Amino acid sequence: MLVKFFFLLREAGVPATIPEFLALLEALRAGLADASAERFYFLARACLVKDERHYDRFDRAFAAHFRGIEGALETLARELPADWIARLEEARLSDEEKARVRALGGWEALMRALRERLEEQKSRHQGGSKWIGTAGTSPFGAYGYNPEGVRIGQDASRQRRATKVWDRREFANLDGDVELGTRNMKLALRRLRRFARHGAADELALGATIDATARSGGWLDVKMVPQRRNVVKVLLLLDVGGSMDDHVRISAELFSAARAEFKHLEQYYFHNYPYERLWRDNRRRSDRGIDTFELLRTYARDYRLVIVGDATMSPYEITETGGSVEHWNAEPGETWLRRLLQAYPRHAWINPQPEEFWAGNRSIGMTRDLLEGRMYPLTLSGLDRAIGELG
Amino acid sequence: MSRSFEGTDRYIATPELATAVNAAVVLGRPLLIKGEPGTGKTLLAAEIARSLDKPLFEWHVKSTTKAQQGLYEYDAVSRLRDSQLGDARVKDIRNYIVKGDLWEAFESDVQPVLLIDEIDKADIEFPNDLLRELDRMEFYVYETRETVRAKHRPVIVITSNNEKELPDAFLRRCFFHYIRFPDEPTMTRIVDVHFPGLKRDLVAEALRTFFRLREAPGLKKKPTTSELLDWIKLLVAEDVAPEALRGDDARSLLPPLYGALLKNEQDVHLLEQLMFLNRRNAR
Repeated sequence: MLVKFFFLLREAGVPATIPEFLALLEALRAGLADASAERFYFLARACLVKDERHYDRFDRAFAAHFRGIEGALETLARELPADWIARLEEARLSDEEKARVRALGGWEALMRALRERLEEQKSRHQGGSKWIGTAGTSPFGAYGYNPEGVRIGQDASRQRRATKVWDRREFANLDGDVELGTRNMKLALRRLRRFARHGAADELALGATIDATARSGGWLDVKMVPQRRNVVKVLLLLDVGGSMDDHVRISAELFSAARAEFKHLEQYYFHNYPYERLWRDNRRRSDRGIDTFELLRTYARDYRLVIVGDATMSPYEITETGGSVEHWNAEPGETWLRRLLQAYPRHAWINPQPEEFWAGNRSIGMTRDLLEGRMYPLTLSGLDRAIGELG
Repeated sequence: MSRSFEGTDRYIATPELATAVNAAVVLGRPLLIKGEPGTGKTLLAAEIARSLDKPLFEWHVKSTTKAQQGLYEYDAVSRLRDSQLGDARVKDIRNYIVKGDLWEAFESDVQPVLLIDEIDKADIEFPNDLLRELDRMEFYVYETRETVRAKHRPVIVITSNNEKELPDAFLRRCFFHYIRFPDEPTMTRIVDVHFPGLKRDLVAEALRTFFRLREAPGLKKKPTTSELLDWIKLLVAEDVAPEALRGDDARSLLPPLYGALLKNEQDVHLLEQLMFLNRRNAR
């Protein structure tokens, strides 16, 4: 019975391993659960989950297994975030569009249609409950997306967009745990490490010691130097939500690779284009976030700025005031990007879109011009070039 | 099971925390504790030691700390110096081996509690370098060619503030518990434990103000449990009446002696702004 639970956990994306599972069995044999379901839950969690970010997944898997409700995962994954509807309405739709929605029978009817559509899409893509089960872990849909359709215009684009966001819990934070395929990226990122002597003098300087000892006529005179440390500081801005969805998986890999590589890695989220606010925690985008000016003041010029985003959007979002799809921006995106680039002279934009698409896309072209060409694809060679620029 | 940890007269442990602690004690595996600042991570080890009546060893990790320093250090420099001075101590290398906290804990005659505080402050390699030591509870001293084994597997409590990711191999060997920010009933118990016999209405008002403050949007640093306790201490010392805290709902966002709760001027400024807005709206 527990073996089944173990596999269910792994399927739900909790990276539990066999020794951890054995530790749980050992703890049970030692009588720690005391025949209490609650104790058992706490015990299993302490043994099998090693990261509070996975608590939520564990809870869902636990509920699914022990309440005997086979479909618990499904219902939870499909719960429609209520605030999403509200936000969608206020942020994405113009007045006439809202009127059109009302003409279609209002939000409820639209949502019902979406639900059906979602069902369809799921069975067509992978099918079965397995896919739904993993929905919590990998919120990365791979649906086609039309970059021009940022604003909800034609029927087709509206429905597709809505389905996608609903399906994958838009505000899920990027997990740092995508390990597969990050090894070679790690190698590339490692080149960004730059060592300098820094901190307390705790390493023997052999040459200086010999020299000083010889000078003092053979009396030992030990010289110490500070240790060499990685001093590269990175400010990472990640695009989430919106047109980035197709690329979230690949940039999440980059993110998890980067995490282990630097001593100072500050990471913020933005949506489509950096404006006057950035977010530390993507889950709380409705929160106030951080003032971009404050960010500029907080992090010194020696930070390397790395922006990860597909830069694929309507050109208005770059050039116009009020062009953002999410809120009213008092200053256009390009002003903000210029400010960032000016504040951090060593910068690079990493674009997960394949390089061959760049030429045909206006917003990418504009962004590249702003960056004076320092945009690189998310490939090994692209990273190498980016790092050459940053180093 | 001999004795189990249920919290102490000074420390309120939720059942989930107690379960994790007891599992770590019984199975002799390290317990990794994470959680918001000020939720009593570091205090936990001392309280386990007190309640289970065990000696406590503390190893506070800094950014320059090496794993080896917890085991032992060989002071080659003083030995060299001594040899130049012709000191007799030089003959025995043991005189120059300085025991670390882990070694001390291993040598304890009764099962000790060992706290490894803020493990995430150290280098990325630090936890990896301790894998075997924590697993087998033994290590090898190259200089004297002896193996040091723990007389009793210590209860190891490790705290982390999430500044760095810990390696998987390390995590696999630990139990893990994330201390959530206490809810209001738990908080009331915590306050009770620290200030027994305090006027009920003052505590209730203080807690209400505290939680309202935590909910204020956009605060840079939310006040923590330890800050709440400091604040209450001040309130008692200044003999502030509960009525002064109550004010009229949202209008009195800036509580008396707020300096104990808010630690930077941007937050104070933000609250003043909110207060101003509230007042204007109330008009």
